Amino acid sequence: MNQFQYTRVTTPKAAVSALSQENGTYFLAGGTNLIDLIKREVVVPERLVDINKLPLATIEKTSTGLRIGAMAKNSAVADHDLAKKHAPLLSMALNAGASAQLRNMATVGGNMMQRTRCPYFYDPSMPCNKRSPVQAGPDKGQPNGPSGCGAIGGINRMHAIFGTSNKCIAVHPSDMCIALVALDATVNVSGPKGDRKIPFGDFHRLPGDAPQKDNTLLPGELIMSVDIPTNKFADNSHYLKVRDRASYAFALISVGVAVDMKRDTIQDIRLAMGGVAHKPWRLTEAEHFLRGKPATEANFKQAATIAMNGAKGYGENDFKLTLAPNSLIDALKTATKTA
Amino acid sequence: MTKDLKNPPIDRVDGRMKVTGGAQYFADFELPNMAYCVIVGSEIGRGNIASIDTKKAQGAPGVLGVFTHQNMPPIPGWDAPVGGEADGPAPKPDTIEKYRILSSPKILFDGQPIAMVVANSFERATYAASLVKATYTKQTARTDLEKHLAEGIAPGRPGSSDYLRGKADGYQSAPVTLEANYTIPVEVHNPMELHGILAHWTGTDSLMIYAKTQGVNATQDAMAQAFKIDPKKIHVHTEFMGGGFGMGLRTWPQETAVVAIARKIGRPLKLVMTRDQMFTLVGHRPYTVQTINMGADSNGKLIGIAHAATAETASYEDFTEATVNMTKFMYECPNVSTRYRIVRLDRSVPIWMRGPGEATGAFALESAMDEMAHKLNLDPIEFRLRNYTETDPEHNRPYSSKNLKEAYQRGAEAIGWNKRKNEPASQRDGDWLIGYGMSTGTFNAFRWEASARALLNADGSLTIQSAVTDIGPGTGTALTMIAHNVLGVPLNRIKVAYGDTSLPKAPTQGGSAIVSAVGSAVYDACTKIKKQLVDLAVKDGGQLAGRQADELMMADGMLSIEKEPGKKVALSDLMRTNNLTVIDKSADSKGGPELGKYSMYSFSVHFVQVRVNPLTGVVRVSKAVSVADSGRIISPKTAASQMIGGVAGGIGMALTEEAIIDHRFGRFVNNNLADYHVAVHADVPAIETIMIDKPDPIINPMGAKGMGEIALIGFAGAVANAVFNATGQRVRDLPITPDKLLRAV
Repeated sequence: MNQFQYTRVTTPKAAVSALSQENGTYFLAGGTNLIDLIKREVVVPERLVDINKLPLATIEKTSTGLRIGAMAKNSAVADHDLAKKHAPLLSMALNAGASAQLRNMATVGGNMMQRTRCPYFYDPSMPCNKRSPVQAGPDKGQPNGPSGCGAIGGINRMHAIFGTSNKCIAVHPSDMCIALVALDATVNVSGPKGDRKIPFGDFHRLPGDAPQKDNTLLPGELIMSVDIPTNKFADNSHYLKVRDRASYAFALISVGVAVDMKRDTIQDIRLAMGGVAHKPWRLTEAEHFLRGKPATEANFKQAATIAMNGAKGYGENDFKLTLAPNSLIDALKTATKTA
Repeated sequence: MTKDLKNPPIDRVDGRMKVTGGAQYFADFELPNMAYCVIVGSEIGRGNIASIDTKKAQGAPGVLGVFTHQNMPPIPGWDAPVGGEADGPAPKPDTIEKYRILSSPKILFDGQPIAMVVANSFERATYAASLVKATYTKQTARTDLEKHLAEGIAPGRPGSSDYLRGKADGYQSAPVTLEANYTIPVEVHNPMELHGILAHWTGTDSLMIYAKTQGVNATQDAMAQAFKIDPKKIHVHTEFMGGGFGMGLRTWPQETAVVAIARKIGRPLKLVMTRDQMFTLVGHRPYTVQTINMGADSNGKLIGIAHAATAETASYEDFTEATVNMTKFMYECPNVSTRYRIVRLDRSVPIWMRGPGEATGAFALESAMDEMAHKLNLDPIEFRLRNYTETDPEHNRPYSSKNLKEAYQRGAEAIGWNKRKNEPASQRDGDWLIGYGMSTGTFNAFRWEASARALLNADGSLTIQSAVTDIGPGTGTALTMIAHNVLGVPLNRIKVAYGDTSLPKAPTQGGSAIVSAVGSAVYDACTKIKKQLVDLAVKDGGQLAGRQADELMMADGMLSIEKEPGKKVALSDLMRTNNLTVIDKSADSKGGPELGKYSMYSFSVHFVQVRVNPLTGVVRVSKAVSVADSGRIISPKTAASQMIGGVAGGIGMALTEEAIIDHRFGRFVNNNLADYHVAVHADVPAIETIMIDKPDPIINPMGAKGMGEIALIGFAGAVANAVFNATGQRVRDLPITPDKLLRAV
């Protein structure tokens, strides 16, 4: 671990100001991912700005829905009555993530900002375009290791099947974000140029030619809160996480389903998938297909087929081409069961 | 005689210390002026260090030295096998590579230490280590066993040679045959406690070592050999170990290097390795590919089995284990052949991991037995009973004891085996498929040589001493129980001292052998005390003068007449009246030649119920019953814990554990506890353990056999068999992850 400066801020304004000052400055929230990255020298910070004292941990009801402060702990959100009542999908997704110890430390904003768990990203002796975006000739002496994508042609069982590029096939690892993208959340950010709102689906990005960029935040911007609009999904939500062990493992495939049922008919629906792309993957075409249709297995299968349009395997992760639609069907069956 | 009685369940004698932080593990020791060592590992799997730049590291704050192949202090016993190889030196052809840590620029495996950085704090050593930069001339690292199966060599070690009973191809002529390949990936022990060592030269040729070793005497011998000093001048201490599972069965090269560097810098030196280094520097269960050919007649009698296994080893050492042994003696079968090969790869050397090769082999054999039972349309237990053997067909001699039929029966009752249907994929609970599976396990019951000392103090309390390390199974608790049973001293008045070379010599804790070996020595030492006490009591003028020894019994700190309650003498009174402050007896214990007339094994049977989601391929072990036939159970609670731990490890082996190498780089990609999936609580259901608890009349005076290995051996097969029963899908390569069971809807 290299030496770095550490400062603590107590107001969002000071945080934004501190982040804007120099390159190599990072916000430190729960630290559950950033500290690992620093230890492994994937991130070599000049300065850490500790934002844990920011007054941004409130979870509250607003006129349009639910507002969750960026510094609210994952466990606090998951267990909060408002979340359980108005966004049970979010509670379920949060509780499916990481371990209890990590959820007690991790924040909502930090969860959104976490990096992929692609092993090539974490090992500076291995090639990775996300970690070492600049092709700098022979891979000698670079602090962050060689460029290229280790996962393409390598160990890619955990990797993406949607929206990949020839530079990167990593997946976004969050469970929480799957629920938030499904629930049409909005991200409130504050930056040097003022405040703005980012639709959750636009917050994370696909790798394209710039896999080093995980999201669309501008330099100096701080996540303040997330808004979840009022919805009618509370009775028929389900988060399914398929993984290699029952807890403390990243998703092979996860599915967030939120349905507004009228008897046996799907009045409205939101669908998103994790473990499949560089960003939380919303399945709008499958939603469109199911809207107004009866909740039957035949319809679920059809929706799953639609959802898989454009999916592509990379060898070890070819099984996801089967597991993803199967999981979607399984999650739909569970979510649409009426009492 | 107390050995005929079942033992009561007692709490772990060191439990309070462990949960209150009183137990001191090697890394807990702090010495004045102590320095810290951090290892820098190679980033290539094969080749040479072209250059290594240590200038920045040497200039970093607090750095006391940076040691590489260019300046490593010499180790006098360098040319002998430093640290002692796992199973004694194998015959070494000149072709084998030589690996001596930090002695050459040659890289033989990924993660091989290229520098050891020493500083006055752990953080400073860690930082300085990050500044060491090496360049390499790379060669292709051969790490993929599957690509090099044809390069298997027969290890030149006794016990590893090909075996034949009857005809090698006897299975071919059978009416019903099967051929199947089974694969076990690299598994890593991954105990909670990180490995390392603290070395302190207390004089020019005297040494104090706090180690993480399963055998303090073995570490003492290895260091004596490496540094050519008198073993008596080397004091090794490992009272507690935060899990071993086999990784502490030898002294590793980096431990020897720490001792050498400590001498060079003239300060105590501590090494605590990182988790990723635990994947490359302290062994692993080797990747192993097995083929079983089996033939049976239509009545379900086995006609032939051929079992071949090929496992990886390092380029510089031939590691072997008993992967195919179970097949030789488990079932009555006229034609049996086994074949074991190793392939030298550019990998670090494996070491036995719980159950060791027998667990690997049992997965194949017991899966094949299940496959054959299915072909014969027989219940898997019935198929095993039709091929049951009361005598060891490998050696043509009786077993010292075998209650496996009872184990099958009791386990079957407990799991509800009668609910199992022979037809696969025929039971559901809602959307989930339900299946049942079982498997047998077996492991040698050893009677190794061991010493112990027992001291009966004037106040009637008892001290037991042995150098043996307690790696977690409850050795101290078992030894307390054995002493209690001989002398009747109350349990809370017995103290066991262990894990230190100042105590009587003991074998390395491993091979499920310690209760049998050290327990027998404790039994013998206590029996000597008992004899003296009885002699004192019955002699002329003694408190029980004129009585015969066989009238006496010992209980509650008293010597008494069994049939005359009230006629008794306290041990402390007996000592006082004889002016004794202590009765101090030692015993060297080993089995007699009569043991050679028997085959001595422990047996287990594992039963599981699984639930499989047909859409996602997720497998959940919903019920587990493990039955141990391991002689008299000395300590029922810690024995049950052993079995529970074995099941948890077995679930990991069956469903989740796999260390993955990117063969393009020869490097692990999941060398951490987030990505290497040890089973977590949510993976492990409530486990029922059943102890047959019948004493073995041959092996030792307690009638006890080991159970550490049989707790795991066979479990993975039981899960695979249950998954087949649930789904009709046979998975022959572990772990059984969801992707291996997927079928398109």
